[in-house]
Amino acid sequence: MRRDWLYHFREFRGAYAAGAMFVVIFAVYIAKHQTGWAVPVLTTAANKGVLLAIVAMAQTLPVLTSGIDLSVGMVFVLANCLASHVVVGTPLQAAAGCVAVLATGALCGFVNGAIIVWGRLQPIVTTIATGTVYYGIALGLRPVPGGDVHAGLADALTGALPGGVPAMLVVLVGVVVVVWLPFRRSVVGRAALAIGSSEAAAYMSGVDIGRTKLVTYTLAGLLAAIAGLLLTFVTYSGEASSASGGVYTLNSIAAVVIGGTSLAGGAGSAIGSIFGALVLRTIGDLLFVFDLEPLWQPLFQGVILLVAVSLGALQLLKVTDRLEIFR
Amino acid sequence: MTALALRLKQNGQLPVLIAAACTVVLLLVGSLYSRNFLSADYLLLQLQIASFLGIVATGAMLVILLGGIDLSVPWTVTVGGVMSAAAAGWWGATGEWLAIPFGIACGAALGLVNGIGVAWLRVPSMIFTLGINAVAQGLIVVQTGGFAPQDRATPAMHLIATGRSLLGIPNALLVWLAVGLATMFLLHRTTLGRAIYGVGNRERAAYLSGIATRRVVVLCFTLAGACSAMAGVLLTGYSTKAYQAMGDAYLLPAIAAVVLGGTHILGGRGSYLGTVVGAMLITLLQSILSVMQIPEMGRQVTYGVVIVAMLLVYGRGRRLSD
Repeated sequence: MRRDWLYHFREFRGAYAAGAMFVVIFAVYIAKHQTGWAVPVLTTAANKGVLLAIVAMAQTLPVLTSGIDLSVGMVFVLANCLASHVVVGTPLQAAAGCVAVLATGALCGFVNGAIIVWGRLQPIVTTIATGTVYYGIALGLRPVPGGDVHAGLADALTGALPGGVPAMLVVLVGVVVVVWLPFRRSVVGRAALAIGSSEAAAYMSGVDIGRTKLVTYTLAGLLAAIAGLLLTFVTYSGEASSASGGVYTLNSIAAVVIGGTSLAGGAGSAIGSIFGALVLRTIGDLLFVFDLEPLWQPLFQGVILLVAVSLGALQLLKVTDRLEIFR
Repeated sequence: MTALALRLKQNGQLPVLIAAACTVVLLLVGSLYSRNFLSADYLLLQLQIASFLGIVATGAMLVILLGGIDLSVPWTVTVGGVMSAAAAGWWGATGEWLAIPFGIACGAALGLVNGIGVAWLRVPSMIFTLGINAVAQGLIVVQTGGFAPQDRATPAMHLIATGRSLLGIPNALLVWLAVGLATMFLLHRTTLGRAIYGVGNRERAAYLSGIATRRVVVLCFTLAGACSAMAGVLLTGYSTKAYQAMGDAYLLPAIAAVVLGGTHILGGRGSYLGTVVGAMLITLLQSILSVMQIPEMGRQVTYGVVIVAMLLVYGRGRRLSD
């Protein structure tokens, strides 16, 4: 039993490190914040953090198979624009709208997966190109920012529950329970990790590579759409911003790496990515509460990002056989 | 016919030919819309615009051949533009001379850091260059916001970007030609070039063959940074001003140009000629879509669909069962 624990800890030490990092940074943030530990502060932080956390979860799935999805940000933006059109009206209509948005996201992910599996194109190029297409569609839906969203639903999801717990956090936990945990425990989830370790070996062992990748990319699209839908609830509008899509895509990769998932695939977890995303978000807020001159903020953020992603280099100290560092 | 196709496929020239054919088809389609598409003026203008993308793509290709990717292109381009213009402001008359080399050197310095991070710290290039991109952005924000440097292009920058000193050929095209010939020489006529392909195929094997793989990686990233910054200098000359985020529009088209030209995204295979054709193809596609006054939405969608469609024709990977 103790053995199991050790193994578990070693396997997910990246995720634990990210979690610890988040707790420390968030504690400093709250300590320095004018208001301190209060429901509105927590809710605002949760609303910002959960969006990136879910996009980072979306990014984690393809990365586990040693692929990558550079279109997550654009699916996020597309879902945002679509939601600002369809999630309106009576509660029933709004609910149908939500389903439509999520289905669209899953479809985008499926298209990515289909091109990668049946078209045999590299994920990185495929998703760059499909990302452009999704952005184009988003632009068609919302040439100028605007739109509306079901107010009751938005208020409920972006506010706090009676106990003072931000509703967004509950949504995040819900997404983990409904999407990530079943995936991780399923055959497909195992297969995804196997593909990430060695695609050839997985193929030889009878893993259905095509189906696994299709499921992985489809789920990535679905998760990105969930985040896009939540963004609509936060901003009450839709905006086809390529800058926002790009930033979310790039930050999602950074969050995945900070969360201990290897970009080479085969190891890691979406839970780590969630903490990676929260760390990234809190660092941004930290500079704000420390009254750093706004001019210097981007530089500090950049340096911290660079240092955070370079922490993996510490593993080099353990390497005894120099050949091991060359793949 | 099939024998010819097979030979082309084996030496990797098939994608180049198909991409070139697509370029010609694009031109013909464009000429159905307007006669101007086949005029020398239009073509020279397109080549001039393609030079900016072509130079960025040169750097991107060197890194992709190694099996890496350089995501720091956007702000390295901006660094090249902003720092060269700033140098002209700082050092007066000497600055006029130093501006261009200084801008390029700043880009090379960023590339050097990229290379060190990737080669020695062993951070995956995709994530390290992303961090450098963020740092470069921060530096430029501090630099332009805090010190308000000169952002006007010097006459020399203006001349190399927009002038037509020789037989009406755009100078920018000549710059690209020089960069391109140097790259082709580097890739195909030097041991370093062989080493780049070697590292891209399998770094471990290259290392065991006695190649100083880390030095090769650092050098390629440095050259890539210099190329991006050079494009930034040219862009500044072209638009007479350096401004923030001027490089944002170059990252994805540069990667697309390299890949459409037949370079394998995982490294080790590809020819420079392909990148040249790819850069022209992307530029032409963008130009035709904008001349046809298709709304932005249609442009983005067509652009993405064309890239996927072309790659499906000739860029497909092998079956796992092979």
